[in-house]
Amino acid sequence: MSKVHVTTSINGEQVEFLCAPEQSLLEVLREGLGKTGTKEGCATGDCGACSVLLDGRLVCSCLVLAVETQDHEVTTIEGIATEEGLHPIQRKFLEHAALQCGICTPGLIVATKSLLEKHPDPDETTIRYWLAGNLCRCTGYDKIIRAVQDVAKELAYPA
Amino acid sequence: MVRVVFPNHLLGHTGGEREVEVEAENFRELLEALEARFPGSREALGKSAAAIDGQICQDAFLEPLGPGSEVFFMQRIEGG
Amino acid sequence: MAEAVEFKQIGTSPVRPDGVDKVTGRAQYGADLNLPNMIYGKVLRSPHAHARILGIDTSRAEAMPGVLAVVSGKDFPDAEHGEIGGEGGGDVADLAKNIMARNKVLYHGHAVAAVAATSQRLAEEALAAIHVEYEVLPPVLTLEDAMKADAPLLDENCYTKNLPEKPEKPSNVAAVMQLGRGDVEKGFAQADVIVEGEYRIPMAHQGYIEPHACIANTNEGGQATVWCCTQGHFEFRAMTAKVLKMNVADLKFIASEIGGGFGGKTVIYLEPVAVLLSRKARRPVKMTMSREEVFRATGPSSGTLMRMKVGARKDGTITAAKAWMAYEAGAFAGAPMGPGAMSIFAPYNLENFHVEACDVLVNKPKVAAYRAPGAPQSMHAMECAVDELARELGMDPIDLRLKNAADEGTQAPYGPKFPPIGLKACLQAAKAHPSYTRPLPDGAGRGVAAGFWFNVGMQSSAEVHINENGTVTVVEGNPDIGGSRASMCLMAAETLGVPYENVRALIGDTESTGFSNVTGGSRTTFATGMAVVRACEDIIAQCKARAAATWGVDEDQVLWEDGQAVPAPGVNADVKPLSLADIAANAAKTGGPLLGRASLNAQGAGASFSVNIADLQVDRETGKVDVLAFTAIQDAGRAIHKAYVEGQMQGGAAQGLGWALNEEYIYNANGVMENAGFLDYRIPVASDLPMIDTQIIEVPNPSHPYGVRGVGETPIVAPLAAAANAVRDAIGIRINDLPLSPPRILAALENAEG
Repeated sequence: MSKVHVTTSINGEQVEFLCAPEQSLLEVLREGLGKTGTKEGCATGDCGACSVLLDGRLVCSCLVLAVETQDHEVTTIEGIATEEGLHPIQRKFLEHAALQCGICTPGLIVATKSLLEKHPDPDETTIRYWLAGNLCRCTGYDKIIRAVQDVAKELAYPA
Repeated sequence: MVRVVFPNHLLGHTGGEREVEVEAENFRELLEALEARFPGSREALGKSAAAIDGQICQDAFLEPLGPGSEVFFMQRIEGG
Repeated sequence: MAEAVEFKQIGTSPVRPDGVDKVTGRAQYGADLNLPNMIYGKVLRSPHAHARILGIDTSRAEAMPGVLAVVSGKDFPDAEHGEIGGEGGGDVADLAKNIMARNKVLYHGHAVAAVAATSQRLAEEALAAIHVEYEVLPPVLTLEDAMKADAPLLDENCYTKNLPEKPEKPSNVAAVMQLGRGDVEKGFAQADVIVEGEYRIPMAHQGYIEPHACIANTNEGGQATVWCCTQGHFEFRAMTAKVLKMNVADLKFIASEIGGGFGGKTVIYLEPVAVLLSRKARRPVKMTMSREEVFRATGPSSGTLMRMKVGARKDGTITAAKAWMAYEAGAFAGAPMGPGAMSIFAPYNLENFHVEACDVLVNKPKVAAYRAPGAPQSMHAMECAVDELARELGMDPIDLRLKNAADEGTQAPYGPKFPPIGLKACLQAAKAHPSYTRPLPDGAGRGVAAGFWFNVGMQSSAEVHINENGTVTVVEGNPDIGGSRASMCLMAAETLGVPYENVRALIGDTESTGFSNVTGGSRTTFATGMAVVRACEDIIAQCKARAAATWGVDEDQVLWEDGQAVPAPGVNADVKPLSLADIAANAAKTGGPLLGRASLNAQGAGASFSVNIADLQVDRETGKVDVLAFTAIQDAGRAIHKAYVEGQMQGGAAQGLGWALNEEYIYNANGVMENAGFLDYRIPVASDLPMIDTQIIEVPNPSHPYGVRGVGETPIVAPLAAAANAVRDAIGIRINDLPLSPPRILAALENAEG
């Protein structure tokens, strides 16, 4: 089957690629575009390791067809830090030891960004339900939740 | 004398003896003393883990032993 | 032994040196590497749980354009018996046959062939073109069925080991073992109260989020380089060499970052297959498992059956305890029944006990280590029985445990007398913890349980390089699975007396650093940490010698204090202290670069005990259990990086709660796992759990320079029974089997209403 030409925006850069119609965004990001920060844990939308933002909306990139991103905007973990350095979410994850093996971390950071855009001052329950789609097997979530609470506080009430 | 205790799965090598006392200043000598007493035991005992005075050693060989030392042979522990 | 010493850096929680790469997506995990000219390998797996392979026709797949290699069992060297060695042990032939079936398939998902092709899609299409002819055999799926005298046999050459005489007939019971002391019948005769029970736990999976992945690149000279996610690349190299009958010198293994393991990445699955495909195709071959393959074909924990009997006097003294235990090994021998049998009574000072354990073959995947392998299942049974005993006696469950608690000098059930241990300290901390006395909401229950793991030492190597500005590079061989680089840097910084920020840790490949056993058995901070400390002491000795040479004094006139060489008191030399940076800057004139080394086989790993308190609430309408609060108390010996020790305790608690409440392998009558995905095999998600309180107890291990005990495994042990005891407290009904999933709880409630 012939490949499809797709033009999209990834982390603010215009990107063109060819893909098969059935290829997922995750596959194209990782294998075609070399953006391996987005991880594959299941490829069935159950683990959230491949979380990205599509036009600002949190999605599992394994459940999005690459062709669907035509003329849309994708944000991956590689697009979270800025010229000024780490995003506060990334910094707080480090300070709170909110990662052990780190494989779920990119997805969780992307999901947290989406959470805080919608709920700048979330309570613990809101955080837990927002992040319920991102599996972590190492931490028991405690330090992740604390990192998110801390960053929310810092962003909502800058010192 | 060093007190040596064997678990059930090694009793086949000791003719059923569960506990013996031998003269040895280190673990290598202990294995030699046990081989002399229980011919053919060396290979199985040498592969076994052993607790020497309470400390588990997976590969004991050169560990010193003193009078009154206790050696318990035991299964090797694997972990996750 | 540094018990009374104030530490400057140990016990703090600095940011890990590999952290920025892990929060920005830069860190390369198993599937993240792509090589030029690379192709893709895929495995064809058995659709039957038990069948004889009559023939494999790969000709159609081989003829497909873009398919560059096809292998099956006949392409592997003969599977000959031999010891795998390393941390896990086991038989080479079994390992080889698990990686690629030869005459028989022994579980649904067992590998039967593999292909390498220019794209993943093409590789999948090629698998579909392979024709395998099977003679389907009846599967053996439960412990009871497998142990029947007329059960179909997985292996006609399997004769039960450790019996007084070799049995006349083969069976599915691969091995038995016994452990005991005293006279249990006499002990039961002295008991005022006796509790008995039968406890079942199905297989559960480690559930690491990163599926297994590797790339093998074999050159025309027969040398292969393998990148993979692994808990131990040296042991992976050894196993691959044995399975493929290759010279270790022809294999180089490079450990990627690892996305979780919990014991499941201590064994090889894909690596030898990728090496063979790469050799045939003369191209780098990348192989990654799908989540479904991870569930169907990689090591879960053993499903188990425990039969318990425990007796005590009115004052709470346990007079006798008896356990019969059967562990599912899966398709090949080697369930962790030994550690299960040796750990079950470890928290108790018992005069009379007896344990009999069986290692049983069933047509399910070969089990692999899962955090404290064997102990969660066996200790669940004992800790539930002790809880029932406390109820019968009207005693507080912590008081009952304190009454019988093992302590320094107690003869452990597995033989030796315990050196200093922290069980009593944990029990006392639990008793005093606010979580233990906080009022419970209506309908909720509280459970406590104790946990234990031996911990291991084994072999480790470390090198310490002092850079030209006095900063430090630590090179070691243990993949960093939960922040161990940070722990190594902390121990090096503390020992050398330099700031943590000046130390970096590197995990060398099999050709660039010395041998180390796996990151497992809770051994890395203990054993590799010990090697790092020794290598730093080597550096200090060299620095003192160089300072002495610089000052023109004797070496014994130089001390190392706060990261610098200083003259000993009374030494009459008009000299300024020399820092590590000073000595490094002048290294060219005093003997060249500074390199410290240590390699060792660390003995004397200290056992780690824990006590957990769980508050659970049961919804009587749906059977759903909510975790209201959880407190984990554990003896760490010494916490090097405090936050990562807490993290181990919290993560282990979450895994244990998942095992207790929801996780299980569900099989149909044909031996097909019916929930091979994260949607149906439900591990805890963020909304399932509360914050997990931790309290670190520090009873230093005298065998480690900083008092470290391993901490990684013990945390998963106690949550199973703590949860079961809390459910018992909440609904007034003892449910012996796990998981305590809604259907099981509803059935128990309905049964009780009768």
